[in-house]
Amino acid sequence: MAAPGAAATDLEVVRGKRAALFFAAVAILLGLPLWWKTTETYRAPLPYSQISGLNALQLRLTVPITVVFTRESVPLDDQEKLPFTVVHERDIPLKYKMKIKCRFQKAYRRALEHEEEALSLGSMQEAETVLAEPQKQAEGSLTVYVISENSSLLPQDMMSYIGPERTAVVRGITHREAFNIVGRRVIQVAQAMSLTEDVLAAALADHLPEDKWSSDKRRPLKSSLGYEITFSLLNPDPKSHDVHWDIEGAVRRYVQPFLSALSAAGNFSVDSQILYYAVLGVNPRFDPASSSYYLAAHSLPHVINPVESRLGSSAASLYPVLNFLLYVPELAHSPLYIQDKDGAPVPTNAFHSPRWGGIMVYNVDPKAYNASELPVRVEVDMVQVMEVFLAQLRLLFGIAQPQMPLKCLFSGSKSEGLTTWELDRLLWARSVENVATATTTLTSLAQLLGKISNIVIKDDVASEVYRAVAAVQKAAEELASGHLASAFIASQEAVTSSERAFFDPSLLHLLYFPDDQKFAIYIPLFLPMAVPILLSLVKIFLETRKSWKKPEKTD
Amino acid sequence: MAAALPLAVLVLLLLGLVGRGHAEPPRDTLREELVITPLPSGDVAATFQFRTRWDSDLQREEVSHYRLFPKALGQLISKYSLRELHLSFTQGFWRTRYWGPPFLQAPSGAELWVWFQDSVTDVDKSWKELSNVLSGIFCASLNFIDSTNTVTPTASFKPLGLANGTDHSFLRYAVLPREVVCTENLTPWKKLLPCSSKAGLSVLLKADRLFHTSYHSQAVHIRPVCRNARCTSISWELRQTLSVVYDAFVTAQGKKDWSLFRMFSRTLTEPCPLASESRVYVDITSYSQDNETLEVNPPPTTTYQDVTLGTRKTYAVYDLLDTAVINNSRNLNLQLKWKSPPENGYVHYQPAQDRLQPHLLEMLIQLPANSATKVSIQFERALLKWTEYTPDPNHGFYVSPSVLSALVPSVVAAKPVDWEESPLFKSLYPVSDSSSYFVRLYTEPLLVNLPTPDFSMPYNVICLTCTVVAVCYGSFYNLLTRTFHIEEPSTGGLAKRLANLIRRARGVPPL
Repeated sequence: MAAPGAAATDLEVVRGKRAALFFAAVAILLGLPLWWKTTETYRAPLPYSQISGLNALQLRLTVPITVVFTRESVPLDDQEKLPFTVVHERDIPLKYKMKIKCRFQKAYRRALEHEEEALSLGSMQEAETVLAEPQKQAEGSLTVYVISENSSLLPQDMMSYIGPERTAVVRGITHREAFNIVGRRVIQVAQAMSLTEDVLAAALADHLPEDKWSSDKRRPLKSSLGYEITFSLLNPDPKSHDVHWDIEGAVRRYVQPFLSALSAAGNFSVDSQILYYAVLGVNPRFDPASSSYYLAAHSLPHVINPVESRLGSSAASLYPVLNFLLYVPELAHSPLYIQDKDGAPVPTNAFHSPRWGGIMVYNVDPKAYNASELPVRVEVDMVQVMEVFLAQLRLLFGIAQPQMPLKCLFSGSKSEGLTTWELDRLLWARSVENVATATTTLTSLAQLLGKISNIVIKDDVASEVYRAVAAVQKAAEELASGHLASAFIASQEAVTSSERAFFDPSLLHLLYFPDDQKFAIYIPLFLPMAVPILLSLVKIFLETRKSWKKPEKTD
Repeated sequence: MAAALPLAVLVLLLLGLVGRGHAEPPRDTLREELVITPLPSGDVAATFQFRTRWDSDLQREEVSHYRLFPKALGQLISKYSLRELHLSFTQGFWRTRYWGPPFLQAPSGAELWVWFQDSVTDVDKSWKELSNVLSGIFCASLNFIDSTNTVTPTASFKPLGLANGTDHSFLRYAVLPREVVCTENLTPWKKLLPCSSKAGLSVLLKADRLFHTSYHSQAVHIRPVCRNARCTSISWELRQTLSVVYDAFVTAQGKKDWSLFRMFSRTLTEPCPLASESRVYVDITSYSQDNETLEVNPPPTTTYQDVTLGTRKTYAVYDLLDTAVINNSRNLNLQLKWKSPPENGYVHYQPAQDRLQPHLLEMLIQLPANSATKVSIQFERALLKWTEYTPDPNHGFYVSPSVLSALVPSVVAAKPVDWEESPLFKSLYPVSDSSSYFVRLYTEPLLVNLPTPDFSMPYNVICLTCTVVAVCYGSFYNLLTRTFHIEEPSTGGLAKRLANLIRRARGVPPL
């Protein structure tokens, strides 16, 4: 009776073990993957390695220069060697993770017939108009004409000339080392007209460490797809001054030509407003010596904030706004002058704040008060005002006054107030800045996504990231091959795509999903289920070990 | 703010002739007006209206130059191709029974209705963007306007300004009854005024007094109007209105008296130099029923008599520019009761879709005299999705106020006047004939208590379900994995021994 009973019990024990193992197997093979799959956050694959590769990207900025030699510019035997190409490359030393190299690719060639004719004309202006006609030069490229050593085209003491378009003229030399000397002069001129460290450093101001370029360099406006320019006339005292300004005419005459010259760099919209009873936040000091009021340089930063609340935000677009304020001081505080750091009055009576705009104080002619009773009708002299505002606009965009090499004649700007090569220079700077911004955005996005595993990455976010990476690479390629216009467009696309990916609201959906809440939901089910399985497994394991040890003992 | 740097050297060549701006007639005008009305209940109502008229076609010009018209609103008109915009923020409720009919009607909370131009292709998108921008400009929660609280009325809310063709698909209407109006809404509203709050009537707009009132309603109305009598071109009109009702000022002797200073804690000192008209009207019509007469000090230079809101009124006029003066339901059941059948009726009902659009019921009814009309709507309370509850669900859910628009026959026939010349408080609502006047009334918003669940419920349910599952699973598991074998009964437990002890004591044989 006992033997079959024990056998039956053994059979039961084995069946129980099998059942427990089967439970464990189902839980592990079916339950775990099911749970994993259903609670997984969707994360589309991203090009992480390419993004980290962008950081080590080498930007090679190629400036294609055509150097044209006229008949008597260099010795004859040298002329026999033409045409050929010389590449002059150098590093731009910036404390930035991206290596930036500047590459002047000089294609030497002989002058064509019509160019010879044009350069033998009497004056530079005539020569320029003739030369400009036949072909249009590509953005970013330069043409340098080398004329004979004793040509009368330039004044005798001048060695070179920089025109308003993409052309320059350099005096040649009859010397054994003619090509080297001329080459050096060409590089000098080309640097003045295209890429300099200052321009690139200013463009990368946000990405560089603070020490070198922070306080003394004026930070130009950040690159954007468009800009809004608002001219505001502040009249704090409409009881005394009835101020009129012909802003429509001034914008049409002075601002629009400048902006249409700049239109390659972005879209611009212009509007104006008149604000009454808008006062500056600082009380001007009285100067008894000149019986006038003044604003000291250190108080200027406090001027802007109170005024800004009245300016009104731009409701219609997301582009950065540039404010230009014309302030007509109240009767009690006029005339009002702005003092610089040394206490001397600023001749333009204006100041500007980087990335914000400019303020000009316009004093009413004191003679006007004698003639009539209040309010005095004031007609603003728009030429004087627009001169200041346009100069400030140039500074805000980071178009500094060009630094000319020694013995170089500069033709001056065109009527729009901007030379073509200044625009090119702006586009170089903007392209580099855009590439840097897009790279930074992509890198921090990749870092963020790597760090927080709860973030959902949707397919459209991933495709924006891919597009941004491709655009950055395309921009770098186009810069290297010297196609400035397409490089600028690609860099803008890179910034737009990378920002769209970075600020996509879908990234935030599951961000606040803390682990303790997850556990609070899982534990009531998982704990009672897991404990018996684990205990059975432990028991089975112990028994198996015991049964393994037993045979050893009997042996 | 970054450090400002003085601009030192400026070298710039500018071609072009020196342009002196030639004098031209001002293209924009500002009129401001304050009407003070002693109400039948003894309270005092003050209604400000600021009207900026701009002779410019905002939708054509590329570069826009603003003088008196605020730039923020002008940009909205051109960017979103607006034809009309009406926005009001109201705190409190206008008690028509005690206060009589109001000049300007508005529902509690925020109300926004906009007519878009025919050129707008995606009206809903523009509406959504516009409400977001307006919420930024006026610091209000207008961004909560979405398809669930937007309707397109088909009979009411006709354009108030110039309109050729009224295709109602370009109209959007939304009310946020929950919106609380406060100083932060008043400040941006004041900034839109050309004289800010520095001169003219706007000096009186001091927030701490304006919000100590039993009714506060501020509004912005933008509409196109005729530029001249022949209406050859259009101008844009911006009306900023603000109405407040102060409680009765009663002194210790029981005498009612009030002054500008008592109401606003400010007095008028100077006119706004930009305004072409700046007037204060005081209603001095004597109310015959309680034999009260009003005395105004200083005595007015002129008075103005007219028929407004169906009665003849007399106003004392002070012209500030005159220098002498200053020193979710499931079932809808309609029950309409008339004593005589209506001659013509119009019923438009657009049922709600859950989480997409609210109910819209519009009825055009002619009410017989001395009758009561009751419109009742039956609804069932339902549970929302648990994420749809507001943070304080026990407060209840607001149902937007109903709107009653009526042409009320006037007691006295008004003489037809030039619309452009008449005072502003008369000319907002166009009147077709002089024998009746237009009234729009709003009822109070309804606060409905919906059943609120216990919000820890989901977790409790999870715990309970898991426990049940775990218990079932545990016994099942035990049943399957445990080994059962029969055990011989032992020689007795404690109970048996006890029983045997008792049995022995009784002398009965043990078990």
